[in-house]
Amino acid sequence: MIEFVLDGRSKGATYTQLVLQVKQALRVGLAQPGDQLPKVRDVAQTLAINPNTVLKAYRVLEIEGLAEGRPGVGTFLVGTLAGPSLANQAELREQLVAWLHKAQVAGLAPEDITALIDTTVRATLDSPAVKHIL
Amino acid sequence: MTGIALETGALGKRYGRTWALRGCTLHLPAGQIAGLVGPNGAGKSTLLHLAVGLLRPDEGKVRIFGQDPRTAVLTDIGFVAQETPLYRDFTATELITLGGKLNQRWDVELARSRLAQLGIPADRPVGKLSSGQRAQVALALALAKRPRLLLLDEPAAALDPLARREFLQTLMGAVGDTGATVLLSSHLMADLERVCDYLIVLQTGHVQLAGAVDDLLAEHRTLVGPRTASGALPGGAQVIRASHTDRQSTLLARIARPIENPAWAQHEVTLEDLVLAYLAAADTPTAPTCMGK
Repeated sequence: MIEFVLDGRSKGATYTQLVLQVKQALRVGLAQPGDQLPKVRDVAQTLAINPNTVLKAYRVLEIEGLAEGRPGVGTFLVGTLAGPSLANQAELREQLVAWLHKAQVAGLAPEDITALIDTTVRATLDSPAVKHIL
Repeated sequence: MTGIALETGALGKRYGRTWALRGCTLHLPAGQIAGLVGPNGAGKSTLLHLAVGLLRPDEGKVRIFGQDPRTAVLTDIGFVAQETPLYRDFTATELITLGGKLNQRWDVELARSRLAQLGIPADRPVGKLSSGQRAQVALALALAKRPRLLLLDEPAAALDPLARREFLQTLMGAVGDTGATVLLSSHLMADLERVCDYLIVLQTGHVQLAGAVDDLLAEHRTLVGPRTASGALPGGAQVIRASHTDRQSTLLARIARPIENPAWAQHEVTLEDLVLAYLAAADTPTAPTCMGK
Protein backbone atom coordinates (compact mmCIF):
# COMPACT_ATOMS: atom_id res chain seq x y z
CA MET A 1 0.00 0.00 0.00
CA ILE A 2 1.15 3.53 -0.76
CA GLU A 3 2.56 5.55 2.08
CA PHE A 4 2.12 9.26 1.53
CA VAL A 5 4.68 11.87 2.46
CA LEU A 6 4.33 15.63 2.46
CA ASP A 7 6.94 18.00 1.14
CA GLY A 8 6.68 20.99 3.43
CA ARG A 9 8.67 23.18 1.04
CA SER A 10 6.52 22.33 -1.93
CA LYS A 11 4.36 25.19 -3.11
CA GLY A 12 1.78 22.81 -4.52
CA ALA A 13 -1.50 22.25 -2.72
CA THR A 14 -1.50 19.28 -0.37
CA TYR A 15 -4.12 17.36 -2.33
CA THR A 16 -2.12 17.73 -5.56
CA GLN A 17 0.90 16.26 -3.80
CA LEU A 18 -1.17 13.21 -2.83
CA VAL A 19 -2.53 12.83 -6.37
CA LEU A 20 0.96 13.09 -7.87
CA GLN A 21 2.32 10.47 -5.48
CA VAL A 22 -0.35 7.98 -6.51
CA LYS A 23 0.32 8.69 -10.19
CA GLN A 24 4.06 8.36 -9.68
CA ALA A 25 3.55 5.00 -7.95
CA LEU A 26 1.32 3.84 -10.83
CA ARG A 27 3.87 4.94 -13.40
CA VAL A 28 6.75 3.02 -11.92
CA GLY A 29 4.65 -0.01 -11.07
CA LEU A 30 4.80 0.41 -7.29
CA ALA A 31 1.02 0.54 -7.22
CA GLN A 32 -1.28 -1.51 -9.41
CA PRO A 33 -4.96 -1.68 -10.28
CA GLY A 34 -6.75 -3.52 -7.48
CA ASP A 35 -4.59 -2.00 -4.75
CA GLN A 36 -6.46 -0.29 -1.95
CA LEU A 37 -5.51 3.29 -1.11
CA PRO A 38 -4.94 4.04 2.59
CA LYS A 39 -8.10 4.92 4.51
CA VAL A 40 -8.90 8.62 4.58
CA ARG A 41 -8.81 8.86 8.37
CA ASP A 42 -5.46 7.04 8.52
CA VAL A 43 -3.84 9.40 6.01
CA ALA A 44 -5.33 12.39 7.85
CA GLN A 45 -3.99 11.14 11.16
CA THR A 46 -0.53 10.10 9.94
CA LEU A 47 0.15 13.34 8.07
CA ALA A 48 -1.89 15.52 10.49
CA ILE A 49 -3.87 16.99 7.61
CA ASN A 50 -7.52 17.74 7.02
CA PRO A 51 -9.49 14.59 6.03
CA ASN A 52 -11.30 16.73 3.44
CA THR A 53 -7.94 17.21 1.70
CA VAL A 54 -7.48 13.44 1.40
CA LEU A 55 -11.05 13.06 0.17
CA LYS A 56 -10.40 15.72 -2.44
CA ALA A 57 -7.29 13.92 -3.68
CA TYR A 58 -9.19 10.63 -3.95
CA ARG A 59 -12.04 12.37 -5.75
CA VAL A 60 -9.60 13.78 -8.32
CA LEU A 61 -8.21 10.28 -8.88
CA GLU A 62 -11.76 8.97 -9.32
CA ILE A 63 -12.60 11.67 -11.85
CA GLU A 64 -9.47 10.81 -13.81
CA GLY A 65 -10.56 7.17 -13.87
CA LEU A 66 -7.62 5.96 -11.80
CA ALA A 67 -9.48 5.06 -8.63
CA GLU A 68 -12.90 3.90 -7.56
CA GLY A 69 -14.66 4.33 -4.23
CA ARG A 70 -16.46 1.28 -2.89
CA PRO A 71 -18.92 2.40 -0.21
CA GLY A 72 -18.08 1.03 3.20
CA VAL A 73 -14.86 -0.61 2.00
CA GLY A 74 -12.52 2.06 0.75
CA THR A 75 -10.95 3.48 -2.38
CA PHE A 76 -9.24 1.19 -4.86
CA LEU A 77 -7.01 1.80 -7.84
CA VAL A 78 -8.64 0.75 -11.11
CA GLY A 79 -6.58 2.45 -13.79
CA THR A 80 -2.91 2.38 -14.57
CA LEU A 81 -0.42 4.80 -16.01
CA ALA A 82 2.38 2.29 -16.50
CA GLY A 83 1.36 1.26 -19.99
CA PRO A 84 3.34 -1.15 -22.17
CA SER A 85 6.54 0.78 -21.41
CA LEU A 86 6.80 -0.71 -17.92
CA ALA A 87 8.59 -3.82 -19.20
CA ASN A 88 11.36 -1.71 -20.73
CA GLN A 89 11.82 0.54 -17.73
CA ALA A 90 14.23 -1.68 -15.80
CA GLU A 91 16.73 -1.82 -18.63
CA LEU A 92 16.45 1.92 -19.37
CA ARG A 93 16.93 2.64 -15.70
CA GLU A 94 20.13 0.60 -15.64
CA GLN A 95 21.47 2.55 -18.61
CA LEU A 96 20.55 5.79 -16.89
CA VAL A 97 22.34 4.76 -13.70
CA ALA A 98 25.45 3.90 -15.73
CA TRP A 99 25.26 7.27 -17.46
CA LEU A 100 24.86 9.08 -14.12
CA HIS A 101 27.99 7.39 -12.81
CA LYS A 102 29.85 8.50 -15.94
CA ALA A 103 28.62 12.05 -15.42
CA GLN A 104 29.85 12.02 -11.83
CA VAL A 105 33.24 10.71 -12.87
CA ALA A 106 33.38 13.49 -15.45
CA GLY A 107 33.04 15.96 -12.59
CA LEU A 108 29.38 17.02 -12.85
CA ALA A 109 27.69 18.05 -9.62
CA PRO A 110 24.08 16.90 -9.03
CA GLU A 111 22.83 20.38 -10.05
CA ASP A 112 24.83 20.19 -13.29
CA ILE A 113 23.34 16.78 -14.03
CA THR A 114 19.76 17.93 -13.40
CA ALA A 115 20.30 21.01 -15.53
CA LEU A 116 21.80 18.97 -18.36
CA ILE A 117 18.96 16.46 -18.24
CA ASP A 118 16.29 19.17 -18.09
CA THR A 119 17.64 21.08 -21.07
CA THR A 120 18.25 17.92 -23.06
CA VAL A 121 14.75 16.61 -22.38
CA ARG A 122 13.29 19.90 -23.50
CA ALA A 123 15.47 20.18 -26.60
CA THR A 124 15.07 16.55 -27.67
CA LEU A 125 11.55 15.46 -26.78
CA ASP A 126 9.91 18.75 -27.77
CA SER A 127 11.66 19.12 -31.13
CA PRO A 128 9.52 18.34 -34.20
CA ALA A 129 12.17 16.07 -35.74
CA VAL A 130 12.03 13.62 -32.85
CA LYS A 131 8.27 13.69 -32.72
CA HIS A 132 8.36 12.68 -36.35
CA ILE A 133 10.64 9.73 -35.66
CA LEU A 134 8.48 8.62 -32.75
CA MET B 1 -22.96 16.78 7.01
CA THR B 2 -24.53 19.91 5.58
CA GLY B 3 -25.79 23.15 7.00
CA ILE B 4 -24.26 25.83 9.18
CA ALA B 5 -22.43 24.74 12.32
CA LEU B 6 -21.78 28.21 13.75
CA GLU B 7 -23.48 31.44 12.83
CA THR B 8 -23.12 34.86 14.40
CA GLY B 9 -25.00 38.05 13.56
CA ALA B 10 -23.71 41.46 14.69
CA LEU B 11 -22.39 39.69 17.74
CA GLY B 12 -20.86 41.86 20.45
CA LYS B 13 -19.41 41.40 23.92
CA ARG B 14 -18.29 44.18 26.22
CA TYR B 15 -16.06 44.03 29.28
CA GLY B 16 -16.77 47.23 31.19
CA ARG B 17 -16.61 49.95 28.56
CA THR B 18 -14.37 48.05 26.17
CA TRP B 19 -15.83 45.99 23.37
CA ALA B 20 -13.90 42.72 23.09
CA LEU B 21 -15.96 41.73 20.07
CA ARG B 22 -18.30 43.88 18.02
CA GLY B 23 -20.29 43.59 14.82
CA CYS B 24 -19.06 40.05 14.36
CA THR B 25 -21.01 38.44 11.53
CA LEU B 26 -19.87 35.14 10.11
CA HIS B 27 -20.93 31.63 9.38
CA LEU B 28 -19.03 28.39 9.48
CA PRO B 29 -20.37 25.64 7.22
CA ALA B 30 -20.62 22.21 8.84
CA GLY B 31 -17.87 19.72 8.06
CA GLN B 32 -15.12 22.32 7.81
CA ILE B 33 -11.98 22.69 9.86
CA ALA B 34 -11.69 26.40 10.46
CA GLY B 35 -8.71 28.36 11.68
CA LEU B 36 -9.37 31.39 13.87
CA VAL B 37 -6.45 33.81 13.77
CA GLY B 38 -5.70 37.29 15.02
CA PRO B 39 -3.39 39.06 17.42
CA ASN B 40 -3.73 38.68 21.18
CA GLY B 41 -6.77 40.61 22.34
CA ALA B 42 -8.49 40.39 18.94
CA GLY B 43 -11.49 38.64 20.49
CA LYS B 44 -10.74 35.02 19.58
CA SER B 45 -11.32 33.58 23.05
CA THR B 46 -14.35 35.81 23.55
CA LEU B 47 -15.88 34.50 20.32
CA LEU B 48 -15.23 30.89 21.37
CA HIS B 49 -16.68 31.48 24.86
CA LEU B 50 -19.79 33.05 23.32
CA ALA B 51 -20.12 30.11 20.95
CA VAL B 52 -20.00 27.59 23.77
CA GLY B 53 -22.41 29.58 25.94
CA LEU B 54 -19.89 30.42 28.67
CA LEU B 55 -20.44 34.11 27.92
CA ARG B 56 -23.70 35.87 27.18
CA PRO B 57 -23.67 38.30 24.24
CA ASP B 58 -24.25 42.02 24.92
CA GLU B 59 -25.65 42.44 21.44
CA GLY B 60 -26.34 40.34 18.38
CA LYS B 61 -26.80 36.60 18.29
CA VAL B 62 -24.86 33.38 18.10
CA ARG B 63 -26.34 30.12 16.84
CA ILE B 64 -24.96 26.59 16.89
CA PHE B 65 -26.67 24.36 14.32
CA GLY B 66 -29.41 27.00 14.31
CA GLN B 67 -29.92 27.08 18.07
CA ASP B 68 -28.84 29.22 21.00
CA PRO B 69 -25.80 27.57 22.60
CA ARG B 70 -27.40 27.91 26.04
CA THR B 71 -29.92 25.17 25.17
CA ALA B 72 -29.92 21.46 24.50
CA VAL B 73 -27.56 21.98 21.56
CA LEU B 74 -24.80 22.30 24.17
CA THR B 75 -24.48 18.49 24.11
CA ASP B 76 -23.27 18.83 20.51
CA ILE B 77 -20.38 21.13 21.41
CA GLY B 78 -16.96 20.05 22.60
CA PHE B 79 -14.64 22.71 23.97
CA VAL B 80 -10.95 22.69 24.87
CA ALA B 81 -10.14 25.97 26.59
CA GLN B 82 -6.81 27.77 26.49
CA GLU B 83 -4.04 26.01 28.43
CA THR B 84 -6.33 22.98 28.69
CA PRO B 85 -7.59 23.50 32.25
CA LEU B 86 -8.25 20.20 34.06
CA TYR B 87 -8.59 19.30 37.73
CA ARG B 88 -4.90 18.61 38.27
CA ASP B 89 -5.33 16.24 41.23
CA PHE B 90 -7.70 14.00 39.27
CA THR B 91 -6.44 11.09 37.21
CA ALA B 92 -7.57 10.67 33.62
CA THR B 93 -9.81 7.79 34.73
CA GLU B 94 -11.45 10.00 37.36
CA LEU B 95 -11.95 12.80 34.85
CA ILE B 96 -13.58 10.37 32.44
CA THR B 97 -15.93 9.20 35.23
CA LEU B 98 -16.67 12.82 36.15
CA GLY B 99 -17.43 13.65 32.51
CA GLY B 100 -19.83 10.72 32.42
CA LYS B 101 -21.78 12.14 35.37
CA LEU B 102 -21.92 15.64 33.93
CA ASN B 103 -22.83 14.86 30.32
CA GLN B 104 -25.87 13.26 28.77
CA ARG B 105 -23.92 11.75 25.92
CA TRP B 106 -20.58 10.30 26.94
CA ASP B 107 -18.48 7.61 25.32
CA VAL B 108 -16.34 6.18 28.16
CA GLU B 109 -14.79 3.53 25.94
CA LEU B 110 -13.77 6.05 23.30
CA ALA B 111 -11.97 8.21 25.86
CA ARG B 112 -10.26 5.24 27.51
CA SER B 113 -9.13 3.61 24.29
CA ARG B 114 -7.78 6.90 22.91
CA LEU B 115 -5.62 7.43 25.97
CA ALA B 116 -4.51 3.80 26.00
CA GLN B 117 -3.49 4.03 22.33
CA LEU B 118 -1.37 7.07 23.12
CA GLY B 119 0.20 5.32 26.09
CA ILE B 120 -0.98 7.95 28.55
CA PRO B 121 -1.13 6.63 32.14
CA ALA B 122 -4.78 6.82 33.22
CA ASP B 123 -4.02 6.37 36.94
CA ARG B 124 -1.74 9.35 37.53
CA PRO B 125 -2.97 12.81 38.51
CA VAL B 126 -3.09 14.80 35.27
CA GLY B 127 -1.07 17.55 36.99
CA LYS B 128 1.86 15.15 36.94
CA LEU B 129 1.61 14.45 33.19
CA SER B 130 3.59 16.31 30.53
CA SER B 131 1.81 19.26 28.92
CA GLY B 132 1.50 17.26 25.70
CA GLN B 133 -0.18 14.38 27.52
CA ARG B 134 -2.44 16.79 29.39
CA ALA B 135 -3.53 18.34 26.10
CA GLN B 136 -4.30 14.85 24.80
CA VAL B 137 -6.41 14.11 27.93
CA ALA B 138 -8.36 17.36 27.42
CA LEU B 139 -8.92 16.46 23.75
CA ALA B 140 -10.00 12.90 24.63
CA LEU B 141 -12.52 14.32 27.14
CA ALA B 142 -13.89 16.77 24.58
CA LEU B 143 -14.18 13.97 22.00
CA ALA B 144 -15.93 11.67 24.49
CA LYS B 145 -18.99 13.92 24.13
CA ARG B 146 -18.97 12.91 20.46
CA PRO B 147 -19.49 16.57 19.55
CA ARG B 148 -20.69 17.76 16.16
CA LEU B 149 -18.80 21.00 16.72
CA LEU B 150 -15.42 21.07 18.40
CA LEU B 151 -13.99 24.39 19.59
CA LEU B 152 -10.32 24.59 20.53
CA ASP B 153 -8.67 27.69 21.98
CA GLU B 154 -4.92 27.62 21.17
CA PRO B 155 -4.70 23.97 22.20
CA ALA B 156 -1.15 23.48 20.95
CA ALA B 157 0.38 26.82 21.89
CA ALA B 158 2.40 25.52 24.85
CA LEU B 159 3.44 22.21 23.31
CA ASP B 160 6.81 21.21 21.90
CA PRO B 161 6.88 20.44 18.14
CA LEU B 162 6.54 16.68 18.58
CA ALA B 163 3.66 16.90 21.07
CA ARG B 164 2.00 19.45 18.79
CA ARG B 165 2.23 17.16 15.80
CA GLU B 166 0.83 14.26 17.85
CA PHE B 167 -2.02 16.47 19.05
CA LEU B 168 -2.90 17.45 15.48
CA GLN B 169 -2.65 13.83 14.37
CA THR B 170 -5.13 12.74 17.05
CA LEU B 171 -7.41 15.62 16.15
CA MET B 172 -7.34 14.91 12.39
CA GLY B 173 -7.88 11.18 12.97
CA ALA B 174 -10.88 11.97 15.16
CA VAL B 175 -12.33 14.34 12.56
CA GLY B 176 -11.81 11.62 9.95
CA ASP B 177 -13.82 9.25 12.14
CA THR B 178 -16.66 11.58 13.07
CA GLY B 179 -16.82 14.34 10.44
CA ALA B 180 -17.11 16.91 13.23
CA THR B 181 -16.82 20.60 12.44
CA VAL B 182 -13.80 22.22 14.08
CA LEU B 183 -13.00 25.80 14.98
CA LEU B 184 -9.41 26.12 16.09
CA SER B 185 -7.76 29.32 17.28
CA SER B 186 -4.00 29.44 16.82
CA HIS B 187 -1.01 31.63 16.10
CA LEU B 188 0.79 28.78 14.37
CA MET B 189 0.25 29.43 10.69
CA ALA B 190 2.13 26.30 9.61
CA ASP B 191 -0.33 24.17 11.59
CA LEU B 192 -3.31 26.04 10.20
CA GLU B 193 -2.06 25.72 6.61
CA ARG B 194 -1.87 22.00 7.16
CA VAL B 195 -5.29 21.37 8.62
CA CYS B 196 -7.67 24.21 7.80
CA ASP B 197 -10.03 24.49 4.88
CA TYR B 198 -11.74 27.59 6.27
CA LEU B 199 -10.21 30.74 7.70
CA ILE B 200 -11.51 33.48 9.98
CA VAL B 201 -9.28 36.48 10.69
CA LEU B 202 -10.23 38.60 13.70
CA GLN B 203 -8.74 41.99 14.48
CA THR B 204 -9.71 44.29 17.37
CA GLY B 205 -13.07 42.64 17.81
CA HIS B 206 -14.03 42.62 14.12
CA VAL B 207 -14.07 39.98 11.39
CA GLN B 208 -11.41 41.07 8.93
CA LEU B 209 -11.66 38.15 6.56
CA ALA B 210 -13.61 34.90 6.43
CA GLY B 211 -14.00 32.23 3.82
CA ALA B 212 -13.00 28.87 2.40
CA VAL B 213 -9.21 28.66 2.11
CA ASP B 214 -9.27 27.51 -1.53
CA ASP B 215 -11.48 30.46 -2.50
CA LEU B 216 -9.40 32.96 -0.57
CA LEU B 217 -6.17 31.75 -2.16
CA ALA B 218 -7.76 31.83 -5.62
CA GLU B 219 -9.08 35.36 -5.16
CA HIS B 220 -5.84 36.96 -3.97
CA ARG B 221 -2.55 37.66 -5.76
CA THR B 222 0.65 39.46 -5.07
CA LEU B 223 1.17 41.86 -7.96
CA VAL B 224 4.51 43.42 -8.77
CA GLY B 225 4.60 46.21 -11.33
CA PRO B 226 5.30 49.85 -12.10
CA ARG B 227 4.75 52.32 -9.29
CA THR B 228 1.04 52.97 -9.08
CA ALA B 229 -1.22 54.88 -6.80
CA SER B 230 -3.25 52.39 -4.78
CA GLY B 231 -6.72 52.07 -6.17
CA ALA B 232 -5.62 52.57 -9.77
CA LEU B 233 -5.55 48.88 -10.55
CA PRO B 234 -7.17 47.33 -13.59
CA GLY B 235 -10.04 44.89 -13.49
CA GLY B 236 -11.68 45.93 -10.25
CA ALA B 237 -8.89 44.59 -8.07
CA GLN B 238 -9.03 45.69 -4.47
CA VAL B 239 -5.70 46.48 -2.87
CA ILE B 240 -5.34 45.00 0.60
CA ARG B 241 -1.79 46.01 1.26
CA ALA B 242 0.69 48.02 -0.79
CA SER B 243 4.36 48.79 -0.53
CA HIS B 244 6.26 51.01 -2.91
CA THR B 245 9.78 51.76 -4.00
CA ASP B 246 10.72 54.60 -6.37
CA ARG B 247 9.71 52.67 -9.44
CA GLN B 248 7.91 49.61 -8.27
CA SER B 249 4.76 48.76 -6.38
CA THR B 250 4.12 45.47 -4.64
CA LEU B 251 0.46 44.91 -3.95
CA LEU B 252 -1.49 42.19 -2.27
CA ALA B 253 -4.84 42.45 -3.97
CA ARG B 254 -8.18 40.74 -4.13
CA ILE B 255 -8.83 40.25 -7.82
CA ALA B 256 -12.23 39.81 -9.39
CA ARG B 257 -10.80 38.31 -12.59
CA PRO B 258 -7.32 37.57 -13.92
CA ILE B 259 -5.27 40.68 -14.58
CA GLU B 260 -4.05 40.55 -18.15
CA ASN B 261 -1.92 43.68 -18.13
CA PRO B 262 1.60 42.34 -18.86
CA ALA B 263 3.14 45.16 -16.81
CA TRP B 264 2.06 43.30 -13.68
CA ALA B 265 3.75 40.11 -12.55
CA GLN B 266 1.37 37.94 -10.56
CA HIS B 267 2.26 35.54 -7.81
CA GLU B 268 0.05 33.20 -5.85
CA VAL B 269 -0.22 33.93 -2.15
CA THR B 270 0.12 31.67 0.85
CA LEU B 271 -2.29 31.62 3.76
CA GLU B 272 0.32 33.36 5.86
CA ASP B 273 0.77 36.18 3.28
CA LEU B 274 -2.97 36.67 3.35
CA VAL B 275 -3.31 36.80 7.12
CA LEU B 276 -0.37 39.18 7.50
CA ALA B 277 -1.70 41.48 4.79
CA TYR B 278 -5.16 41.71 6.32
CA LEU B 279 -3.85 42.23 9.82
CA ALA B 280 -1.44 44.95 8.66
CA ALA B 281 -4.19 46.56 6.58
CA ALA B 282 -6.47 46.74 9.59
CA ASP B 283 -3.85 48.77 11.44
CA THR B 284 -4.14 51.57 8.92
CA PRO B 285 -7.09 53.98 9.04
CA THR B 286 -8.28 53.29 5.49
CA ALA B 287 -8.63 49.61 6.15
CA PRO B 288 -10.65 47.64 3.66
CA THR B 289 -13.03 45.47 5.59
CA CYS B 290 -14.17 42.14 4.31
CA MET B 291 -17.04 40.83 6.30
CA GLY B 292 -17.83 37.14 6.22
CA LYS B 293 -20.62 36.53 3.81
